[in-house]
Parts: sequence; structure tokens; C-alpha cells
Amino acid sequence: MRTTVPVIIAFLSGFVMILAFFFNPEKSFIGRLEPEVLAWVTIVGGFTLLLGVVSIVRVNFTAVKRRKENWPYKLATLISIFAMAIPAILPSSWSPLLGTGTGSIYDWLFNYLDAPMMSTMFAMLAFYIASAAFRAFRARNAEATLLLVTATLVMLWRVPMGEAFLKSIHGDLPQYINTYIMGGANLAVQRGIIIGAAMGAAAMSLRIMLGIERTYMGK
Amino acid sequence: MNRLRPVWTLLLGLLITLLLFTVASAQTESDGAFRVDRLNALIFMALFSIVILIYTRWAKSGKKLFIRKINGLDEVEEAVGRATEMGKPVLFIPGLQEIDEIETIAAISILGRVAKITARYDTPLMVPVRYPMVMAAGQEVVEQAYIEEGKPDAYNKDIVRYVAGEQFAFTATVNGIMMRDRPATNIFMGAFFAESLLLAETGNAAGSIQIAGTAQPSQLPFFIAACDYTLMGEELYAASAYLSHEPLLLGGLKGQDWMKIILVLSILIGTILLSFGVGDWFYDLYKSV
Repeated sequence: MRTTVPVIIAFLSGFVMILAFFFNPEKSFIGRLEPEVLAWVTIVGGFTLLLGVVSIVRVNFTAVKRRKENWPYKLATLISIFAMAIPAILPSSWSPLLGTGTGSIYDWLFNYLDAPMMSTMFAMLAFYIASAAFRAFRARNAEATLLLVTATLVMLWRVPMGEAFLKSIHGDLPQYINTYIMGGANLAVQRGIIIGAAMGAAAMSLRIMLGIERTYMGK
Repeated sequence: MNRLRPVWTLLLGLLITLLLFTVASAQTESDGAFRVDRLNALIFMALFSIVILIYTRWAKSGKKLFIRKINGLDEVEEAVGRATEMGKPVLFIPGLQEIDEIETIAAISILGRVAKITARYDTPLMVPVRYPMVMAAGQEVVEQAYIEEGKPDAYNKDIVRYVAGEQFAFTATVNGIMMRDRPATNIFMGAFFAESLLLAETGNAAGSIQIAGTAQPSQLPFFIAACDYTLMGEELYAASAYLSHEPLLLGGLKGQDWMKIILVLSILIGTILLSFGVGDWFYDLYKSV
């Protein structure tokens, strides 16, 4: 029973989505099932958010209470959760500082703390790319050297100064890089991976729908 | 005949479905309830299902199936063993997408296999997740793995825990875990985006053995550069079958390979026909709106 019911639900959910794909949503009920089912996913997801909040509070509160290693970080997490959530949940009719409108505490925290921190994380990517590229582009053997040369050409092509330099060598060189490296070798490999991944995803979906694959339930 | 019963059942099911389509189309006042332009996809899906079911039946009957070696998956047990020797935890990230994405389901399946190994060796396991639904599924799978290994008491609900819903808040938390707890092994499986390199480079700096797997082609170069082993595209979906060695699941992989051969042949035939200017009809067969 513990396995059969989820398998039946998985089969029905998958089958409805497949059926909906073959029907016109404007002209048949079956076609309109797809957005309905997806709306249910959102509703279930909304309810499970509470599970997430309970989990994060329990883990961090226990660590603070027991003064575990690095507990001040956990305390900062707890303070951040409640500082963002409580003013946002309370109605703005009580005070303009409450709710999620412009000038509210939530709005201020989001614009001046949350968003800059996200941008900082994203910006750090540039440094990580540099360190990863340094390791990946070392000419250890013939393949790595080929990668180094190709990457250097593509990087030069991507920046205006590099493009001007390439043009000074041969007027059509940037165009050749675009056509043969990016539009040829690179695109062909990417499409090969995409086709393989799509087949893998379809096969796995079929295995799940037919109850052959039950590993996602721990079986 | 008996062996092919699922195939006949499926064929019958598809015939009934087609009949339903026809009836539904006829009953609709205006024509076009059934997307005739997607009939090619229906035929391909039927063919795909039949091939997979045939191989699944063959595998079930005991026919030996060859599956090529996937180094990244062979190293999972080694990597967990290393963590056990070092007395350090294993960190598993099941991607950054919701549970309704097939990549996340594949990652959860692999998590079950990894949890069995960590349970067997009494190695600490940490699974931070971005979505509560993924957390619920992950907790179920890990608990089941610990029970199957005869160590239900070693299971702790907080092994799989929700850390943050925002992409970079999640990344910052996981990077913090990597630098503070120094896990011996990091396993990244599932859908990753801009954070892939941030995670993999931090793990590399922390000196962890790293195994990654994703079907996102744009993130693969980052994982290849920063991880020790990388599963590319379809290998992620094959992982649960490969690790479990279950004939039923391996049969599905062989069926998938045959469909790839059919697709490659179609691409070759289409390229040749179109090159000679007589392939428009062939191209139209594969077109879907």
C-alpha cells in the first residue's frame, strides 16, 4: 500500500500531462488539465513551505540552544528569518512600516540587504571563473592544449579589443570562430548532450510512470 | 507470448487512447480538439515505450545486458569510503530545482543509493535543500535507506534540511558548510545554474573529492573544470539504474540506447536527403508545433 498508492498517483499525474499535450486547451477539457495540474503543484508547494520553515528553525534553534560550534551564525539566520517574515506578514493597515509595500521594513531589508548580498554572490563568480579557468587551461597534454588554444580564441572573439586584434590578423577570423567553433563543434556537442539528456529524462519518466523505477521512494 | 504481455497491454492502451482522441475530436463542435500536428510525437512516444518495455522484459527474463562503465558512479563508494576513513561527512546537493523536475527526481534516486552507503559505513551525511518538497522526499528516501541497512536509529531527520529558498542564499549557506565542516566528499546531482561554479570551486578549495552530475549543458564545463568526476546529461538519469544493478532498470537503459540509434540514423538520413534537396517531406515528419 505504501508503494502502490504513490505509483498510482505518479502514473495518473504523468498520464494526464501526456494526454493534455495532445489536446488543444481551447477546444477540449483534457487540454485544459495541464494548467490545472500545475496549479495543484503550486498549491501543494505553498503548504510545504511551512515544513521548510519548521526545519530551518528547528536545526538552527537547537544549535544555538546547545551552543554548538559556529552557533552565532545560526543565531544570525534565526534573527534574519523573523526580521524579514514578521513585519511582512503583519497588515500594512497597522503601520506603513509593516506589509511588503514601498517604505516597509521588508522592502528596506530586501532592497538594501538581501538584493546587494545576492548581487555580491553573483559577482564573485568572475573570480571563481578565473581560478577554474587557470586550472582547466593548463597545457598538460595535446587535448588540454587544444582546449587552451580554442578557449583563447573564443575569449578574444568575445571582447571588442580582442575582436579588433583578431581582425588585424585576418578580417574574417572572428566570423570563422563564430561559424566553426561556436556554431559548429560547440553547438554539435551541446545538441548531442541535450538529445541524450532528453532521451534519458523521457526514459526515466516512463520507468516512474509504469512503476519500474521506484528508487525515488527509497525502494 | 507471455513475456510480451506488457507490450500488448501498452499497445492496447495506446489504441484505446487514440480511439478516445478520435471520439473526443468528433464530439467537439469545432474541429481540432486533438493536436494532429503532434501525431508524430505520439507515434515516437509509443515506439519509445514499446522498445523500453521489450528490453525491460528481456532483462527480467535473465538476459545479460552490457552497460558501459561510468567512472563517476564507480567512484561514489570510494569517495564515501574516503570520508569514512577521514571521519568527515559527505555533502550531497540534489540540485536547485523543485521535485516536479525530472533532474531532481533523478538526484533523489541517487541520494537513496548514497544514503545506503553512508548508513553502511556510519558516515555522517548532510543534504541541504532549496525546496521543502525536495526536503520531504529526501527525508523519506534517506530514512528508507537507513532502515534497509538495519540502522534506523542512526537516521536523523535533520540529515536532509531546508536551508534557503533564494538561489544565492542557498549557495552562501552551502559554501559556509563546506568551509566550516570540510566534508571529505561533495556530491552535486541534479539541476544547477549560475551557482554551479561557486559551489564546485569552494568544494575544491576545501580539498573535498567532488562528483557532479547534471543535464544542464551550460553548467557542465564548470563542473568538469572544478570536480574530480562529472556525469554528463543522460548519465545522471542512468545513475540510479547503474548503482542499483537491478535488471529491470538496466533494461530501460538499453531501450533508451536503441532509441538514440534510431534518432542518430534519422539525423543522418535527414542530413543526406536535405543536402540533395529532396528531404523536405522527411523534415516535416519531425516537425512539431
